[in-house]
Amino acid sequence: MQVPILKQGPYLIATIQSALTDADIVQLRDALVEQVGRFRSRGVIIDVTALDVMDSFATGTLRDVAHMVRLRGAETVIVGIQPDVAFAMVHMGLTLEGVTTKLDLEEGLDHLNRNIKTTAGR
Amino acid sequence: MKPLGVLEETRVVVATDADIVAARMHGRALATRLGFRATDATLIATAISELARNILLYAKTGEVAISVIERGERRGVAVVASDEGPGISDAARAMEDGFSTSGRLGLGLPGVRRLMDEFRIRSEPGKGTTITMRKWTQCRQVDRAGARRKGHAGMREVR
Repeated sequence: MQVPILKQGPYLIATIQSALTDADIVQLRDALVEQVGRFRSRGVIIDVTALDVMDSFATGTLRDVAHMVRLRGAETVIVGIQPDVAFAMVHMGLTLEGVTTKLDLEEGLDHLNRNIKTTAGR
Repeated sequence: MKPLGVLEETRVVVATDADIVAARMHGRALATRLGFRATDATLIATAISELARNILLYAKTGEVAISVIERGERRGVAVVASDEGPGISDAARAMEDGFSTSGRLGLGLPGVRRLMDEFRIRSEPGKGTTITMRKWTQCRQVDRAGARRKGHAGMREVR
């Protein structure tokens, strides 16, 4: 199941809507990294609220997305990690070090708006 | 110890990455039906996801059997992930944090073990790997804590 990516101004917003296979997550990674260039996006938000499980593959691939997008000159925010999912990740020892996470889409947008405005003002 | 009863069992063949999702969703549904808290159902689903992916990565195909189990008054979920892949030459080391033969993230087995109450791995090079793990519903939390104090942490041995 493909994840829809919405272009909203300088941002790309990917909202995961169901459980994803490994191939789906890889496809999402590649699409985001490509579209950041095509739309000259400044920020990417990945909303994982509906993701059933954040296992080692999902965590590793989302971390890769954030790092690849940063290399392309944009910023990634992962939003919507649910309490149960966070609990499982901590028990497994999975981290999203170096990746910005925010509570929900609203907080994620707020973060990007503040950060990108600061940069533009310099 | 009272004998272990297996009440119902579902087998999910693992041959594609869609099967990983099918296996973990089944595990979550079963856990929820048994009365596991949502948090524990997520732990079970995550553990199944990891083991199913290991099958796909290292053995190409295999099977995940998910069953309802009981021992005396206790009820729980058992997950048996088995394959006839290359096996693990040093199962004890595979249970150490940070150990990997592939140079990637590793099997992630120490992490998976922390999600469940009981965990056992049997592996023979060239013959395959079978991992059995169990999680019991909440009511036995106190007993588990007691068992830990006495130094018994369920079936932890590695063969």
